[in-house]
Amino acid sequence: METVNATYSYITNLEVMQILQQIKGTKKKWGMHNLATVTYEALQYLEESPCKTQTRESINSYLCDLATYRLKPHELLQMVNDPPTSALHTQLLIDDNKVPLTDEENEAIIELTHKHFSNSTTEPVQTNQQAQG
Amino acid sequence: MFVLAELKDNVRIAPDHFNLKLVDAVRDEIDRKLANKVLLNVGLCIALKEIVSLKDSIILPGDGASHTEVLFRYIVFRPMVGTVMTGKIRNCSREGVNVTLGFFDDILIPHAALQHPSRFDEAEQAWVWEYPLDDGSKHDLFMDVGEPIKFRVSREIFEETSPIGPPKAEGQQSQNASSSTASAAATASAQEVKTPYKIIGAINESGLGVLSWWDQQGKEEEQDVEDGEDNTEYDNDDDGEGACEE
Repeated sequence: METVNATYSYITNLEVMQILQQIKGTKKKWGMHNLATVTYEALQYLEESPCKTQTRESINSYLCDLATYRLKPHELLQMVNDPPTSALHTQLLIDDNKVPLTDEENEAIIELTHKHFSNSTTEPVQTNQQAQG
Repeated sequence: MFVLAELKDNVRIAPDHFNLKLVDAVRDEIDRKLANKVLLNVGLCIALKEIVSLKDSIILPGDGASHTEVLFRYIVFRPMVGTVMTGKIRNCSREGVNVTLGFFDDILIPHAALQHPSRFDEAEQAWVWEYPLDDGSKHDLFMDVGEPIKFRVSREIFEETSPIGPPKAEGQQSQNASSSTASAAATASAQEVKTPYKIIGAINESGLGVLSWWDQQGKEEEQDVEDGEDNTEYDNDDDGEGACEE
């Protein structure tokens, strides 16, 4: 086994979930219990994570809107896999040592999360008025 | 937290699989070999994403099976150092907190990287964050088994676990007959405990730790967190969301 490139590219949780769901759908073959085990366990984890309600289109539009903030690729990947729903959460994902994130920018980013990835129990309306007020 | 790794391997397809399409037979063989296994310095292999190219299949003398060189891309679990992830607490020990993701278990948050100050409660066998309140008293926040916990990856450790050779002979010779089996078992178990891929995490930042610490219920306590700068962002959080995960 030769490793040509250990990190050929990043892959979002949504893409992994979709591939694993496809594998789960195919017939079980002899000797493939390792694949079945890891597929089942990984799907259990992913289906509890934010990627359950995401689609390719929602991620694309989210990334377009985030383009104005000049974020690094690994920060963008983290935000797609776990979209921030609070200011504290955003602070954790974005390294803002050089250019600190202002309150409005933070609010706007959270607003984007609600806009693209609809969460059933949150109240985006209040946050929106807060940012504009 | 997942990456695509490009790998190349020579895949052996036994004659009883010759009825399958080459692509399918190769895919099954690769998954059979790699799924749920750790590749040194690559990560935990999950599943095959795609086959990039296949060289010609050849038959070697003495073996009826075909051998094909394949270039493929595999989904690998390998979170970047610095990534923030959410897992569940598996158990607590003196060394720290063990976290699991379901498909990956070897995540340790050493006691030095827990929220400061924390103590280990022997009776409950759990780590406790002694959150200092304004009036000088302490509020105990327990880290119980099964609680979802957000942590940052601080290190990844790959260890070579292929068999190196027979267990050391000196250990066995120095023991007398009755304890030699015990010492042999001890050396054998000491050698077995190597985990091929370990992640060391940290939760000593605002927003990290058990999720319930930072959501609506914990809001009154977290208003006066030691780290003064974060207060302004948190005060704006009127709907009391905190870092609650859906």
